[in-house]
Formats: sequence, structure tokens, C-alpha cells
Amino acid sequence: MPVRVLSDRCTGCEACVAACPYGAIAVKDGVAVLLENCTHCGACAAECPAEAIEVEDVRAIAGAGPGAGADAGTASGFRGVWVFAEQRKGVPASVVYELLGEGRKLADDLGEELCAVLLGHNVGDAANELIAHGAEKVYVVDDPALADFQDEPYAQAMAELVEEHKPSILLLGATTIGRSLGPRVAARLRTGLTADCTGLAIDKEKRLLLQTRPAFGGNIMATILCPDRRPQMATVRHKVMKRAARDEARRGEIIRLVKDVLPPRATLVRVVEETQQMVNLAEADIIVSGGRGLGKAENFKIIEELAQVIGAAVGASRAAVDAGWIPYAHQVGQTGKTVCPKIYIACGISGAIQHLAGMGSSNIIVAINKDPGARIFNVATYGIVGDLFEVVPALTAELRKGACG
Amino acid sequence: MNVAVLIKQVPETTDVKISRETNTLMREGVASIINPFDMYAIEEALRIREQHGGKVTVITMGPPQAEEALRQALALGADDAVLLSDRAFAGADTLATSYTLARAIEKLGGFDLVICGKQAMDGDTAQVGPEVAENLDLPHVTYVRRIEELSPDHMRVQRMIEEGYEVIESPIPALITVVKEINEPRMPSIKRMLRAKKAAITSWTAADLGADESRIGLTGSPTRVIRVFTPEQRRAGEILEGETVQEKVRSLVAKLKETHLV
Amino acid sequence: MNYFLTEEQQMIRDLARKIAEEKVAPRAAEFDEAEEFPWDLIKILAESGLFGVWVPEEYGGLGGGVFEQCLVVEELSRACGAVAVSYAASALGGFPILLFGTGEQKRKCMPDIASGAKLAAFALTEPDAGSDASNIRTTAKRDGDHYILNGTKQWITNGGEAEIYTVIATIDPSRGARGMTAFIVEKGTPGFEFGKKEKKMGIRASATRELIFQDCRVPAANMLEREGKGFIVAMRTFDRTRPGVAAQAVGIAQGALDRVAKYATERVQFGKRIAEFQAIEHMIADMATQVEAARALVYATARMIDAGERDFSREASMAKVFASDVAMRVTTDAVQIFGGYGYMRDYPVEKMMRDAKITQIYEGTNQIQRSIIGSAVIKQAMRRP
Repeated sequence: MPVRVLSDRCTGCEACVAACPYGAIAVKDGVAVLLENCTHCGACAAECPAEAIEVEDVRAIAGAGPGAGADAGTASGFRGVWVFAEQRKGVPASVVYELLGEGRKLADDLGEELCAVLLGHNVGDAANELIAHGAEKVYVVDDPALADFQDEPYAQAMAELVEEHKPSILLLGATTIGRSLGPRVAARLRTGLTADCTGLAIDKEKRLLLQTRPAFGGNIMATILCPDRRPQMATVRHKVMKRAARDEARRGEIIRLVKDVLPPRATLVRVVEETQQMVNLAEADIIVSGGRGLGKAENFKIIEELAQVIGAAVGASRAAVDAGWIPYAHQVGQTGKTVCPKIYIACGISGAIQHLAGMGSSNIIVAINKDPGARIFNVATYGIVGDLFEVVPALTAELRKGACG
Repeated sequence: MNVAVLIKQVPETTDVKISRETNTLMREGVASIINPFDMYAIEEALRIREQHGGKVTVITMGPPQAEEALRQALALGADDAVLLSDRAFAGADTLATSYTLARAIEKLGGFDLVICGKQAMDGDTAQVGPEVAENLDLPHVTYVRRIEELSPDHMRVQRMIEEGYEVIESPIPALITVVKEINEPRMPSIKRMLRAKKAAITSWTAADLGADESRIGLTGSPTRVIRVFTPEQRRAGEILEGETVQEKVRSLVAKLKETHLV
Repeated sequence: MNYFLTEEQQMIRDLARKIAEEKVAPRAAEFDEAEEFPWDLIKILAESGLFGVWVPEEYGGLGGGVFEQCLVVEELSRACGAVAVSYAASALGGFPILLFGTGEQKRKCMPDIASGAKLAAFALTEPDAGSDASNIRTTAKRDGDHYILNGTKQWITNGGEAEIYTVIATIDPSRGARGMTAFIVEKGTPGFEFGKKEKKMGIRASATRELIFQDCRVPAANMLEREGKGFIVAMRTFDRTRPGVAAQAVGIAQGALDRVAKYATERVQFGKRIAEFQAIEHMIADMATQVEAARALVYATARMIDAGERDFSREASMAKVFASDVAMRVTTDAVQIFGGYGYMRDYPVEKMMRDAKITQIYEGTNQIQRSIIGSAVIKQAMRRP
């Protein structure tokens, strides 16, 4: 167990109890004790004023971890940073370029190569785009069975590629696809996967990937390592990493591979695009959201008008969705989507903690609410206290003027 | 139609606040609840049973007090509950958790469908579902928003994606993870609550599962949390003042234009 | 205050609270605005089994009593007084059957009332018989093995929505209270119709309608007790349900207090949270003290009834008078503390103030309650040597 209480040093001050995010430490008879639900995250050690809680060094764990002794998946011989180039209809998702941007830094820090994995059918052009964005090698499996994303064939192809080429790091976008494929592949390779990362770095001394992600709805951040198993897998949140610059002069190698892909059991019948969803929330640079303050479904029109003028996506709070004013697909927050736009405009949203968890990392937050005590103002970059039915149309008009002039 | 539902007990994080003074999570008075997303999984399983007959079994891995979550599920109408509890399970990440849950599902046997919530509210990883499916070599579909069809050997479901939804067909047994849109969970009934209070709950240890010790708990977890910290608190910004709405709006537009995004 | 609830009572309270917070509160304003009967919420309550808390187990209930019923009403009222009264009125309609019905009548009606499959209602009030209940004009005339009902009942809670009605009619208006007789009348009986839904100041989601009887033939087997016992049926029923109205008042007041306490710590004026102003702090202190005193009286009365005390009209009236007056004061103060926001329909406290008012009026106005209390006290004093 990596976390240990040194009972002779413990003063029973309970600082650790307050620090524990899992409620897994208690003071009994004046000494801290770890409870059964301890995850050994070490939060308590960081807070202990008496240095009475010890966290074993990661290197000490290495070698004793899972699969020690088995060769596949353990750290030796694995090199390179891989990016899964998620695509639909041959077009890579925008998060792929963000992964290439971030992957480049990681690869440089390690002195290893940056590669992309492109699975699909008739996706040749995309490979060149990936190279233009910094991939040194692109592994392409072009097969009719991979035309549409389906978990099983994609997981099989990806796992086989990893086993053959042994990358040290594998990054996927924290998209619907990435968050479905990632765990399937990780379980097959029996390696670690960190979901929804917002920060990646290399511990240069140990040559390990430091993966930082929010938990508890963004209330706490955790930094996670995968010390022994390989590859170190992470899904990465949209819009957090800087996109790689495109440079057509870049050269890279396209490696075409043939895989005997087994037919999937769960098969895609068809894709239904919902027209109401004008812009993909996760990809949007600007989101205009409406909440309870709108009062009724028809009033979403003023939100849509504002969104249209500035090319924004339309979001909503849980209150608005639960009231049936707008479909669930628009819901931002803990039970809806987590978004990270450049600008988030919250109209008539009080700012419940669950909502903040879904949009709190937006660059700029604008709050429009008539209640000056609304919690949304505590996180807003700019706030306007006023009736949204006056403010929003005025804002739309003002921006429309700007757009024409 | 026999359905297994995998649930997790989580702190009711709506009450979790960060102390400004000590910059730590304040947990006083935070109750434990069934992960809200798992409520949709339980509800869907109950609806399947109401339509097709069979049994609903709820499974959780956690400390002994996670039994409370199972009792809540029984109060909603689940038939059986299984607690996987052992000190050796402690410190499990998603990989070790999914292995452990998969062992229990195998031991119980005979399920047509395994249902999970799309993710847990505390960890937000959404990984356990697909990892359990892989461990059991079952097909899986994530983010299911509707079960269109369910027959003894086949299902057709709608899977939520960014642009809309996909229609996916799969043989069963299979595993699905469900989103909030799929249903509206029922309330427990007071009579079932009273019965659940006294119900016997199966509790299994690692030995009961015949689990490979190198694959459970901390030992079986490839990932290590090395640091937990609170993110920098977002500070309240500027309230734009002005005599009229027009003035306030103009000042906002000026600020937004500085970003060159609008 | 710790009232040392049993484990089962705690479970009942917690479930009622959960439903109130998660299902009722989010829709309270919407139903109020639309003046729409909250069937969705009534169905949820039915599925939860809470309609049966006061019904004996042999009729499918939980076997609790007035106290359990009060716990549910209080919790629902914290979220919405109208939903609470719709729930409570079913007990008002069901209690006379439970107290005075024959085995056959109970077996027929109580299981559906306990499960919430059917709502019940109680019909006494008429245009000229409010506080003066013995002045009713709805007649019941024997005709073979039937009674023929004629007349109009006014302001009947759950009217039109309920399936089972306990109706008080008179077999002879000249006999006053001694002519009053109670009948179970089912919705759909020929000659039994409803007037339009009344537009009210508060508890607007609840259904309040006229019941119109025109040569309505009711089987004699549906009579409760015997001819001339209707006044006793009504009074004994009210004794048991008045604590429920009191609990409704406590719940509404508590709901207002909850919101005020939160608002006062959020609202900033003159650079301070308004809770820090002593003027506000003392108002909140008075509100909390009154609510707790009212609750203590209601709980004590309900428990006394359930423990088997025979004479409790005085205490039931005291609980109702005190709690409803507290509710009116506390909700009025809540609006005051919210200031302009409190007066706006976007905030919940003005609804609470409107909802509170009726608790001073229905199931016997507070004036009538004071007469009951006063005469009981005086009678007792006169009995002393």
C-alpha cells in the first residue's frame, strides 16, 4: 500500500480528514487511520502538517505492479507517442489536431517520434493532413470493415497495432468515440487509461506521462501516472490543448497495413443527424446558453438569435432541459455535456454547481441574470445584472450592427 | 430477460464545497447516494423486466457501507443485490474494478444484458462499462438513449453521438451504458424500502470470486493517483455597470471584441 | 429539534422529502401558474405508497396513524401547499370510511385509497353552510334500498378528480345536526356532476369544485353509520384531519423559512449580506421559533391521537389555529425579507404566502377553532368544584 500513516508522528489534528476527497481517513484514538475506501491518492499526505503520512515513491511501486514478469504491456521497449486520428467520413475530428499539437511537445520531451493511427476506409487524404500537422508516421488501416466507427473492429485493429509497434503513449480525444474505444482497448491490453485529461506533461526524470484530469465535477484535480504498463493511455478533453499548426512542407511516412478485421457483433445500422443541433457543443468556440430564467420554450428563440449572429452553439441548463424547453442534447453540466468554449454566455442561469462543473473551464464567461446574488456571477468574467429579455435582444442587435459594419 | 446492473455509491457531490481557507474539499454532512447515472440504468432494467419478465440483479464493488446503495436499488424494485467487498479490492482503478465486476457477472451467470450508467459522478471516467464488456468478451454500446427493440437474442438501440444518434444492432448478451435521456427514474416505494431494509444481501470477497490477486485492488491497477489538488478558483470578474441596458451591452460588446472571436 | 421518530417514521419522512424536493418543488410554480391539477405528482405519490401511511395493513396500508400522515403532509407542503392538500384531502375523504364504515365498505374502498389508485374527497360545505355546518340543504330521501340525493356542495377539494366521495346530506333539514347523514358516493353515479374548477388565491393547482346532485340514487348500503349520525361522522373526521391542516401550515412556513435563510446569506446590500443586519436576523429568529413551536404542538397532538386518547378536539383545534397563524405570519415576513423579489412570481415565497392563507380558513375557520377551544376550556373550568 503506497499510503501509510506513521502513527508515532501523527498529532491527530484531522487536517488529513478534511483533505481526503473520498472520506476515507478518520482519526481514531488520536491517530489517523485509513478506511477501506482509501484509493491511496495521497491527498492527505500533502496536507499533513506533521509529515506523518508517507506516500511510497512511484519508482518503488514499479516492478511490483500488474503484469510484472509478463512482457507484453510492461514498460521496456515501448517508444513513441501515438495519436488516434478519429475521423468521420474521412475528416479527422478537430481534437485530433489538438492531440498532435500536445503530442508533439510530449514526443520532443521524450526525444521520441510522434505518430498517428488512422483507421477507416478511403481515408488516404487524411493521412497527409496528419503529416502536415506534425505526425512523423501515420499508420493507416484502410478496410471497408472500418468505414464507420464500430467498437469491436476498431479495438481489434488498434490493439494489434499497439502490440506490434509498442508505442509508449497513446492519446485519444475524449469524444463519444474515444471514450468508448479507449477503455475497450485499454482492457484488452490490460493497461491504464486516464479519462478526460486537461493537462499532459512528461516527468523527464522518470520518463513518465503526467496526466491531469478533473474529478468530482471539476471540484478537484488529480494527477495520474501509469508507471509500469504500456502504452500509457489517455483520453483528452476538447479545446484544452493547443492545435498543431499546419505546415504542408512537413514530410512523414505513411505506413499502410492490412489487418484481418473480424466482423463486429454490435453493428451500426444508420446515423441520424438531428437538425435542431446546429453546432456541435463540444467543438463550438462560442456557446450561448439559456436557463430557467427563460420561463418557457418559445423564449429560447432569443438565445438562438444571439447564437446565430455570432456563430455560436446553443446550450442549456438542466432546469431548461428538465422543463422540456429544449432537447437533452443541449444540456451543459454534470449530467449533460462538459464544454470548454472560448466564450460562454449564460442567460438566465443561476449557476448551480452542477452547471459550473460543465462549463467552468471556459475562457471567458459572460453572465446575464436579473438576480445579483446568482451564483453564476461568482465565476463570470463579465456580468450584466438585468432582465435577460432586455439584455439579450439588445446584445444581439448590437452585435448584428457590428457584423454589418 | 435477466439483467445485471452495475452501480456505484458516490458522495452526493452537490454538497461538496471547497474551503477557501484551507483549499480542501469539505465533506461534512455529505451523504452517499447511488451514482445518479446508475439510477437510469436501474430504471431501464426494471422496465425491461416489466415488459419481458426475468430478474434484475444489482452489483456493486465497494466498502461494506456500499450495501446501503444496494438496499436503495432493492427499494426501487431490483430482485437481488450482490456486494463485492474485500480489503483486497481497495485502491482499484477502472481496470481492476472492471475485472472484479466481470468475475462476479461470470459467477452469477445467465445474464442477457448488463447495464451501467454512462459514468460515475465522482470519477467521471466512463470506462468501467466498456472495460467490463471487454473482460467478458461481450459487445458493448455506450451512451444509449433508447432501446428500440429487445428480443431474446438481439437488440436495437440508439446511441447518442455529438451530431445526433446512431442506430446500432447487436446480438445479446451485450453491455450497454445509458444516458439520462433514456428514461425518468421512479421513486422508491415505502413498502419496498421497508422490505429492502431487512433483505439479505449477498457479499462476496476476492476468494469467493476466485479472482486473480494480481488483477484486483491496488495491485491490479496500472494507474496511480500521485497528486490531488483543487483547481485554481475562478474569481468573480467585473459586473458591467451602466445607466441603461444599452450602455451595459455596449461595454460588453467592446470587451468581447477584444477577443477577436466576435 | 429531535422528535425521536421511529426508523419507519424517518423513512416515511425522508421519502416524502425526496419526492417533495426532486419532483414537486421543480414543478410547483408551473402547476400554480397553470392552475392545473398535478396528476403527474399524484401518480408519483401513489407509486411511492405514501397514500397508505395512515391506513391499516389489512387494507393495504402501512398501519401508521395521524402522525405519519402529518409527516408526509408537512414535507410535501415545504415544496407545494397545493400538492399537499390534494394528498391530504384524500385522507379527509377516507377517514370517515375507516372510522365509521362497515367491514364491507372498508374492504371495498380502503385498498384503493391506500394505494392511491383512487383519490377520495370529503363534501360537507354548502353555500349557506360553512362554519354553520348543520345548516346544510343537500337532502337524502329514502326510496326502497336507495337514497336519492339532491343539492349542491361547494368548494370541495379534489372535487372532480377524486373517485370516492364522502358526502354529508340531511334526511330532514328541520332536524339540523340530527338530520345529517353520511354517504359514500362514487364518481360516475348517475345524477352526480361537477361544477367548474374554482379560481383561487392560493393552492391553485389543487382542484376545488362544486358537486351537483340531481336525483342521484345512492345505494343504502353506501350509508356510513346510520341516519342522523352525519354530524358526528364529520366532527370525528375533522378531529383527526385538523392536525393534517396544521402540518400543512408548518410545512409551508418551514418552506418559506428555508428559502429566507438561504436568501439572507446570499443577498448583499450596503456591502453586507442581509443576514448580518440584526433587523433581519431577529426576524429570522422569530420565524424559526414560531415554526418549531407549531411543529411541536402538531406532533404532540398527532401522537396523542394515535396513542388512543379519546377526547382531543381541543388540542386538534389548537394545533390548527396556532400553526396556520404561524404560517401566515412567517410567509408574510418571508416576502418582506425578500423585498421586491419576494413580491415577484419568479420567486417562490409569494406563492407560499398565498397558499398559507387558506390554512386559516378551511376545515373550520380559525374563529370556529377558537370557539371550540374556548368552550372546552370554559366547560372544564365549570366542571371543577
